[in-house]
Amino acid sequence: MIEVFNIEKSFGEHKVLDDVSAKFEKGKVNLIIGASGQGKSVLAKCIVGLHEVDKGRIMFDNRDFVNMPSYERRDLRKEIGMLFQGSALFDSMTVEQNIMFPLTMFSKMTKKEMLDRVNFCLEHVNLSGRNKLYPAECSGGMQKRIAIARAITMNPKYLFCDEPNSGLDPQTSILIDNLIKDITNEFNTTTIVITHDMNSVIEIGDNINFIYQGKNWWQGTSKEIVKTDNPEVGKFVFASEFMKNIRENLRAL
Amino acid sequence: MNLISQVGKYFMMLWIVFSKPEKFKVFWKRTFEEIQLIGINSLPIVALMSVFMGGVIALQTASNMDTPWLPEYTIGYITRSSTILEFSPTIISLILAGKVGSNVSSEIGMMRVTEQIDALEIMGVNSLTYLVLPKIMAAVFFFPVLIMFSMILSIFGGWISLLLADLSSTDSYIFGLRSFFKVSDITYALSKTVVFGFLIVSVSSFYGYYTRGGAIDVGKSSTQAVVSSSIAILLANFLITQMFLLK
Repeated sequence: MIEVFNIEKSFGEHKVLDDVSAKFEKGKVNLIIGASGQGKSVLAKCIVGLHEVDKGRIMFDNRDFVNMPSYERRDLRKEIGMLFQGSALFDSMTVEQNIMFPLTMFSKMTKKEMLDRVNFCLEHVNLSGRNKLYPAECSGGMQKRIAIARAITMNPKYLFCDEPNSGLDPQTSILIDNLIKDITNEFNTTTIVITHDMNSVIEIGDNINFIYQGKNWWQGTSKEIVKTDNPEVGKFVFASEFMKNIRENLRAL
Repeated sequence: MNLISQVGKYFMMLWIVFSKPEKFKVFWKRTFEEIQLIGINSLPIVALMSVFMGGVIALQTASNMDTPWLPEYTIGYITRSSTILEFSPTIISLILAGKVGSNVSSEIGMMRVTEQIDALEIMGVNSLTYLVLPKIMAAVFFFPVLIMFSMILSIFGGWISLLLADLSSTDSYIFGLRSFFKVSDITYALSKTVVFGFLIVSVSSFYGYYTRGGAIDVGKSSTQAVVSSSIAILLANFLITQMFLLK
């Protein structure tokens, strides 16, 4: 489980996160949603330590991440898998080398064991046999799946996904969502997904945090979010005509 | 004030760069890859520049020797001295600052803006040690080899140009090359090269690593890297010359 308490973060004069507290549960897909520029990505980057918080505490299973020495932080990060918005695959390496990279750096496995692990991860993301391709030879959806495969290579306890559906077609988006859900269930990870894709919110959101103006404005489940009376959440969730119709249908029931 | 904070940030970066690598096997593999990329791949440009510059130095010296008081072997002597003391270590290093510096800065800068460096950090890898240390090691160990190569080709270029222009005999050129030779000149030149190699790669890595934004910012960082490493080379050259030759 990951817990954040009263996080504050500013860039110069601009306060991006203001007293944010949240709890992200193990074995569940925890979503951070909100409109662009509200502080979702900054919150995720603060949690993994890519940005230093100005104030507040971050606890990874009762381990205080903010006050940890850098070498302990580095060890804890080996338990984190992260899927970046742009996939962040190493473009000079093949798919196989990308997935094998964390194993090469930190495991004592033999080459054969590492290859078996790579093939296992590729199988999980339905990309068996694509070992020798370079990222530039793969489509956006494939790159996302390769990045997921790389994120799960080390059996992470915590999985972070930064806008996993951005730039993907609806079918591939659903595929990626299902993959995240399956991995969370199978590996029992604490998964945090940053998204503004409403389909993801409804399909995979076990626990949702709505960030608005740098604050954790609303928390609940996917069932609760479509029924909420919170005006700011309502504006975000029912921005499209399609979602407005769903709300009308729900009210009619 | 900004300059002081940048210099401070640069030294803070170096402090982290020289941490123990996570895995030495990976570190040595990366170092050999960098020797190929920033060292061996620079051989053609170094060879081309050296042959032609050596030729021009010899021709300029020969054509400006109007007085009969100067012996013919002076051409060989001046070509050798100019090449070993300044042309090969300094001018070739300035050229390498353009070629290698922009390459290093843009490579690391692109990794930064495409979140590849963040990905390394999230995995628990010390990204500075992983990316920058092998480049520094490759430059420090291989730049002296490049400069020795440049010295030989430059002297060869001088000889060929004199033969083609019929301005001096081979015997007097070789006699000039061997006259008043001091081994300390070579030590001085190679010592400078080690410092220049370190400066080129570390300064360029600094600009690449702290790039923020997108493709335009990568371009800006690359330009800044070349300008700053060139200035660093000129300053270091002045200081080392003071230390070695005027002590």
